[in-house]
Parts: sequence; C-alpha cells; structure tokens
Amino acid sequence: MRTHQGSAGARVLAFGGYQPARVVTNDELAASVETSDEWIRSRVGIASRRLAGPDETVADMAVAAAGKALAGSGLSPADIDLVIVATCTPEVMIPNTAAIVARRLGIGAPGAYDLNAACAGFCYALAAANDAVRAGSARHVLVIGAEKLSQWVDWTDRSTCIIFADGAGAAVVGPAEAEEPEAGIGPVVWGSDGDMADKICIKDRNSFIFQEGQAVFRWATTALHPIAKQACAEAGVDPTELAVFVPHQANLRIIEALARKIGAPQAKVASDIVTAGNTSSASIPLALSRMIERGELGSGDKALLIGFGAGVCYAAQVITLP
Amino acid sequence: MAMTQQEILAGLSEIIDEIAGVPADEVTPEKTFVDDLDIDSLSMVEIAVAAQDKFGVEIPDDQLKDLKTVQDVVDYVGRASVSA
Repeated sequence: MRTHQGSAGARVLAFGGYQPARVVTNDELAASVETSDEWIRSRVGIASRRLAGPDETVADMAVAAAGKALAGSGLSPADIDLVIVATCTPEVMIPNTAAIVARRLGIGAPGAYDLNAACAGFCYALAAANDAVRAGSARHVLVIGAEKLSQWVDWTDRSTCIIFADGAGAAVVGPAEAEEPEAGIGPVVWGSDGDMADKICIKDRNSFIFQEGQAVFRWATTALHPIAKQACAEAGVDPTELAVFVPHQANLRIIEALARKIGAPQAKVASDIVTAGNTSSASIPLALSRMIERGELGSGDKALLIGFGAGVCYAAQVITLP
Repeated sequence: MAMTQQEILAGLSEIIDEIAGVPADEVTPEKTFVDDLDIDSLSMVEIAVAAQDKFGVEIPDDQLKDLKTVQDVVDYVGRASVSA
C-alpha cells in the first residue's frame, strides 16, 4: 500500500469578499423595533450592516467571494481540487453548498463539503485546507465562509436583529515549499465546549437565533485570549510581530477586549463589524479581504485569526498574508 | 482574612473607573449601576470578571442581574469572601 505525500507547507494565495448590496442602518431598525442608533453603537459597535436580497442565496454570495479569491490567486478553476464551504445557514441540508459553488465556478470534480462550526467555521475550514494540502489529499483548496443569517433572525427581537447580517469571504489555499518557511498557515489551536450549547442556538427548524448575550460576552472576553496567544506560541510568532489581529466580528466590545489582552499593541485590529455586522463564518475572510483591498495590509504580514461562536466552538491560527 | 466594606468599596471603585471610566469619588454605595452610573449589562460582566480577579469572588450571571447598586456588590463580595 502507498500513502500520500503532500506539500511541505500550505499558505493562503488570495482572499476575496462579497457583501450584498442592501445597506441597513440602525435608524432603519429603530423604526421597527425599540432600539436606537446610540444604543446599538454602544453595545455592539455596529453602524450599519448588509442584508441579502430575498432571492439571493448563500451559494450566490459564496460564488461571488470565491470568484474574487480565485481571480486574485492567478489560478484557473481546473487547478482547484477541494472546495470547503463553512456555513451554518445553508439554503437546504442537501445538496451541500460546496458542490453547487464548485459547479457554478466551473471547477471540475473537486472534493466538496460543507462544514458547520458556526462563527468559528472559517478558521476550522482553513485548518482543514492546510491539513489537506500538507497531507496530499488536495493541492489547491477553495475555502469559503458564507452566511445568510437574516433568514434565521427574528426581526422583532431587538437583542439579535441588530447584530446578525449576511455576506461571504473566501481564501485560496495552496502549497508552500520548504524554502519559504515564512509563508504559511500556522498550527490551529481549536476546541469546543458543549456545556455552553444552549447559549447560542437555533432550537429547532421553526425557531430563530437565540443568544444569551451576557454569558457569551463573559466567555468571549475571558476564555479566548489564551487560545489566541497559544496559536501565536504554536506558530513561533511573538504577538509583537503581528501586523493585524482579526477576531470573528461578533461585537466590537468583544473585539476590543480581546485586542487588549493578546499583547499586540502594535497590531491593527479588524473592526469590519462596524459596517458589515456579524456575518458568522464569513466575517474573518470578509474583514481581511476588505483591509487588503484598502491597502491597509501587505504581503508577508502576519495575521492572527480567531473564530468563535455557537457550540461553543473556537479556532485560532497565525497566517502569513498573500 | 475578611475584607472590610471600605476595602471592598475602594477596590470596586478602581475597577469601575478602569472599565467604565467613572471617577472613584462618584462611586458611592447608594448609586445604581444602570441609572446613576450609566453602566450597561456588558460592562457589568466586565466588572464581575475584574472583581473575581481582584477579590477571588465569582459573581455568576444569574446573581449579577440582582446586584443593582454599588452596596449590593460590596455586600455580595463581603458575604462570599467570609464564607470562602
């Protein structure tokens, strides 16, 4: 029997993001539920969010983001041999989103699967892609986080409707050779805690997203910075070497609390939530793609990513930016 | 050794100043967090976490919601640190 031998390492070749056209301001929400622009900005840090159109699907958004990442990578669809879509809001349970996205992008017959680790989904999928390339089960992987949370939100519940939004982000992962030790995807530090399963959940198929805000806030501001720091340690990157910290865009106050605790005062901190809302598995690649587009980050920069959310599930890794 | 009420109040005032930017001299026992000090529920969680680090007393969320005034927290920490 033979066993596969993959690449010495893996790295992100390009990012891409997609936001639906419709901008929903806090004032627009305040017209239908009892809230205010000031309240929303001070509690969650969101000024506006984007919502998908009624006929716009998770796959539509995934295709748009992945198409940009693919174009940025310089690869052709035929080069992709694995597609992973991280989503907790697929249109339907079968067929999976990944196979549909692959077909629409003209990718031949790739391995294709969806992955649900809620808001930690992108970091889980990136870890899976890294492992696949290193193990030799794929050479070029399309990793996508895409969500249409708006269809799972109770628009009369002011505690959740102000937070969640729609969007997609994607990355192309490919091999890194042994002679480029600086370019890569660091070891993932991940885990879960099912004891907190009821803190963020959609109870059944007739229910909407429920979140116990205080409990989640306490967990996020006390349990996660050690995970983020451990990801740095595993990658051999001191936090002071980070160019950017990209936590899941859950709540600006969680983002700021985490940023204070990781020991990287020099690093830029992604705050895409202000105009994107919380897009779950899409938030990290979407934030990164927008920062790269704006020229705020450069090739070779070290980025610390940490996804966290329902499950609860969490995952962190350091990557080198393309 | 049990802390005095004054010690707890002083420690709590430092925490509130750090987290919510309320000057220590405004943190008096009868003040309510929400209405008088303009401290929201998320800041209350941060204060509870900081209080745990400082006093070694855990204030779970289901207890935290009943602590309305500065004196409520001082009493809670005082009782818990005596029984600890």
